[in-house]
Amino acid sequence: MDFLAIQLFNGLVNGAFYALLSLGLAVIFGMMRIVNFAHGAFYMLGAFVAYVLLQQAGIGFWPSLVIAPLAIALAGMVLERLLIRRIAGVDPLFGFLLTFGLSLLIQDAMRLRFGLQGQPYATPAELAGAVSLGAVTYPTYRLFVIAFSLAVSLAVWYAIERTRLGMVVRAATERAELTRALGVDVDRWTTPVFGFGLGLAALAGVLAAPMRNVSPLMGSELIILTFAVVVIGGMGSIKGAIAAGFLVGVLSSVGAIFDPAIEGIVAFALMAVLLLVRPSGLFGSLETS
Amino acid sequence: MSLRRGQVAFAAAAIAVALGLPRVLYPVLALDILVWGLFAMSIDLLLGFGGLLSFGHAAYWGVAGYAAGLVARDAGMPFPFAALAGVVASAALAFPLGYLSLRRTGIYFAMVTLAFAQMLFYVANEARPLTGGENGLQGIPRTLGGLALGPSLSFYYAALPLVVVGYLAAYRIVHSPFGHVLVSIRDNEARARALGYDTARYKLVAFVLSAALAGLAGSIEALSQRFVSLDFLHWSTSGQVVLMAVLGGLGTLWGGILGAAVFLLLRDFLSTSDVLRDAPGVVTGLVFIVIVLGLRRGLWPTLRNGAGRLLPRSRRAALEPQVPEPEIR
Repeated sequence: MDFLAIQLFNGLVNGAFYALLSLGLAVIFGMMRIVNFAHGAFYMLGAFVAYVLLQQAGIGFWPSLVIAPLAIALAGMVLERLLIRRIAGVDPLFGFLLTFGLSLLIQDAMRLRFGLQGQPYATPAELAGAVSLGAVTYPTYRLFVIAFSLAVSLAVWYAIERTRLGMVVRAATERAELTRALGVDVDRWTTPVFGFGLGLAALAGVLAAPMRNVSPLMGSELIILTFAVVVIGGMGSIKGAIAAGFLVGVLSSVGAIFDPAIEGIVAFALMAVLLLVRPSGLFGSLETS
Repeated sequence: MSLRRGQVAFAAAAIAVALGLPRVLYPVLALDILVWGLFAMSIDLLLGFGGLLSFGHAAYWGVAGYAAGLVARDAGMPFPFAALAGVVASAALAFPLGYLSLRRTGIYFAMVTLAFAQMLFYVANEARPLTGGENGLQGIPRTLGGLALGPSLSFYYAALPLVVVGYLAAYRIVHSPFGHVLVSIRDNEARARALGYDTARYKLVAFVLSAALAGLAGSIEALSQRFVSLDFLHWSTSGQVVLMAVLGGLGTLWGGILGAAVFLLLRDFLSTSDVLRDAPGVVTGLVFIVIVLGLRRGLWPTLRNGAGRLLPRSRRAALEPQVPEPEIR
């Protein structure tokens, strides 16, 4: 029973990362119709920014939690202006290929600079240790990751579904031409939205740093799992990204109780089942495909 | 008639290159180029002619590699049978996975195929008794009656007919009525459906045929390397072959071999560099970015147009593609 509870929490922690990453993918896809393969690379860069800030400047976890996402978001906005913008209007497949190339470039460039060896990153002192939750004790930092990512996810959901800014973004997503005709400068929003999506990835990267070793390859496998999560949730759906993220995390960890080998496969099996019974995903509509 | 003469000249040149290649390059690299060329063709068949980007073809390349390796090693079969076993295994796998993946189109299709390939990567990693896990499948023999196929040069010539069969199969598929329906689905699926074609079925058959070609390539690669590692199933393998196909030129078929040759020669050249040997992605990634930004039509059409300028106007028709190439903006 204790083991089940601990696996449940582990699942929520993994789910927290899936949710943050697929949320960023969903936002970018919604606005630009680009599936950003490089999302995992920017998650990794976020972790490295935190690592380098600590090593070179002694800047700790909390400032990094703000600085790294901002830095990556800024870099992303520059990238959007220089590269991504050039393929607007081209078949979306080329956006996928472009960002795939970008992820290879970033990953191996970091590998040249830092090597493949994972670098440890200390858990912030305030969150060290473990908390007793009745029958089980669980690391404080991991509980923080769950709560923090849930809060960020809900904030993003609120911003997009309930605010005026979100309304503009949603309108531009669904009917770009019509939104333009109504006097909204759609193109003004693509750059910041792209930056925002990458910022979310970097935020997840900083959160991951104290739990997982900081290494150039940390994002490459995660991104493919995140694709499965996105297909399960329904592409472009904010709700779907969050729900599917936590769902996949929990099911994978609970599956590992029966057989550890199952853990890596649950997400893909779930995706296969959903393709069979509901190809548009949990919260997606086929129209957005 | 000039068209026919052009084709004969093309075929003669191709045969000369195929026979002479292992004398110029070392035989393993020469066979690599032909085999990856076939793999890239399987991508082109699906993407260039069917409009479907599979980003998970490593699944079929890898599963065929393992199947061929096991059949050659544990059943002691001659190498053509091992290759056949690989083709059958990948085609059998492509049926269910293709059926599921084809429930989505466009970019979703790419993501789903990628995810399924990654699932197979995990499965192969766990199935250690069969695949050897991270150690890979080692000691794959290659035999054919009493022939000694140990030296790479001998195996190059032994495997060449199999590769050529793959090329001819791809050519035949593309130029058959089936291939023309496939192109019509690529250009306008709704219209093809309105004309009475069961487009879902055509796409599934195309997917299975493409996987079988990828499987043939993967089997020969496994026999050539005498070793199958998890890298065969890795997502970077899927990306690499798509890169070759796009680099060569989509919808051209032969461009795949050109793309494979350019890519592998570049990688071979880079492996002499101490800095970039461990980080080939820096160059691969840059190539990807350059192609997408400036060379979306690929090398083959670019070269063909260049060659066309050298010919008198009346002969240029010989160089025109016989199947419409995809409109790439």
